[in-house]
Amino acid sequence: MPPERLEVENLHLWRGERHVLRGVHFTLACGACLEVWGANGSGKTTLLRTLCGLVYPEEGRVLWNGANVRRDLPAFHAALVYLGHEPPLKSDLTARENLHYWIGVRRHVGEEELGAALARVGAQGWCERLVRTLSAGQRRRVALASLALLPVPLWLLDEPTTSLDAEGRELVGDLIREQLERGGMVVAAVHQGLPQSVRNVTRLDLAA
Amino acid sequence: MSRREGTVAQAFPPIDASSAAVAASTAAGIRRAGALEAARLALLRDLQLAFRKRGQLVQPLAFFAMVTLLFPLAISPELSRLRELAPGVVWVGALLGSLLALEFLFRDDAHDGTLEQYALSGQSLTALMFAKTFAHWLLTGLPLALMAPLAALSLGVAATAIPGILLSVAVGSVALSLIGSIGAALTLGIKRSGALLSLLTLPLSLPVLIFGARATQLAIHGASLLAPLELLGALAVLGITLAPLAAAAAVRISLE
Repeated sequence: MPPERLEVENLHLWRGERHVLRGVHFTLACGACLEVWGANGSGKTTLLRTLCGLVYPEEGRVLWNGANVRRDLPAFHAALVYLGHEPPLKSDLTARENLHYWIGVRRHVGEEELGAALARVGAQGWCERLVRTLSAGQRRRVALASLALLPVPLWLLDEPTTSLDAEGRELVGDLIREQLERGGMVVAAVHQGLPQSVRNVTRLDLAA
Repeated sequence: MSRREGTVAQAFPPIDASSAAVAASTAAGIRRAGALEAARLALLRDLQLAFRKRGQLVQPLAFFAMVTLLFPLAISPELSRLRELAPGVVWVGALLGSLLALEFLFRDDAHDGTLEQYALSGQSLTALMFAKTFAHWLLTGLPLALMAPLAALSLGVAATAIPGILLSVAVGSVALSLIGSIGAALTLGIKRSGALLSLLTLPLSLPVLIFGARATQLAIHGASLLAPLELLGALAVLGITLAPLAAAAAVRISLE
């Protein structure tokens, strides 16, 4: 199996009158992590959404293993996870049910595996509670459990450490480190930087 | 501003990205879910959610009952006249009732990011949209079809017409749900989409209304309703074939 690689060539994107992405280009190889820095409104989220193919750039392209991702989006999507600002959870389902449906749409997942992932993020005590009763940090932890269950080659994370306590941030660091160690890639939009434990990080600054 | 990491000397041969992804997944001991499995879970999720929020389920039915109740009050309590009006009343009520529930079809999922995850799941978004629309039909179309004979009975229709009415509303509401799914997906980006959704969906629903009311009329008169029922079936099949595709495309646009 050839190693995966993500290449981004000269991305330009306008939002109305605003030139948000101005020629972003980078290459990400196996086991590498890219930290995307930038002030609020500098286009970090827009960049991630463009990378995963939700937003069409006006110019430039995203290459996955040398082929334009537009040629086979479903295959590219099968190889990535995108976690946005808000964890995509239903407030009327429990944490466990949310994960069961969310992950189940993508892959077969057993109850023990679900339980193990929930335990990993410290959710044993509250995974049977409705998500509407959980705090922002707990919801974020449920989203992290999905990462533990989806070891696909590419993770796109939008501020993964938001609303987490110190231990939660370390957990993010551990998950990312494991992803890099098995040859996966991570692109993370950050405000404060990823935990120190993550190595092989390249920094990309977006101008406001 | 940005940096490029090492230049690549060798050219990469064109690789089948899907096989690479599958290989990567199997390496980690993961089995991808098929399209059917994904659709089944999307369906179950919507059903489970609906039963957690039962209030929303009852709304279209209560609305339907109210509409049928209004006609005798506004026109005349004479059963012979009401019987003539029954097909129209039943169908307008069913149409408006199903329209009422449409707004909720994709709105919550768009709001909490579920649609985004569906679009990025690597699964066919068309299949997932079909599953969602089917869940919507099970939760509104089917109950409306079960209630339609009751509404007709209250308007003085003979009990012999019940199977025909049930069947025509059941088949017609499949088409209504599917047509509605396109409208609901197209209006996702709009805050107060209710009125626009009706304006988009109602004209497209006219054929269903015409054939549905005709089928119900024939059922009431004890005649064969095969011809309009077949046309309703054709509309439903056309909807099943095309509507999920259109809804998926509209959802992708709304996510941009």
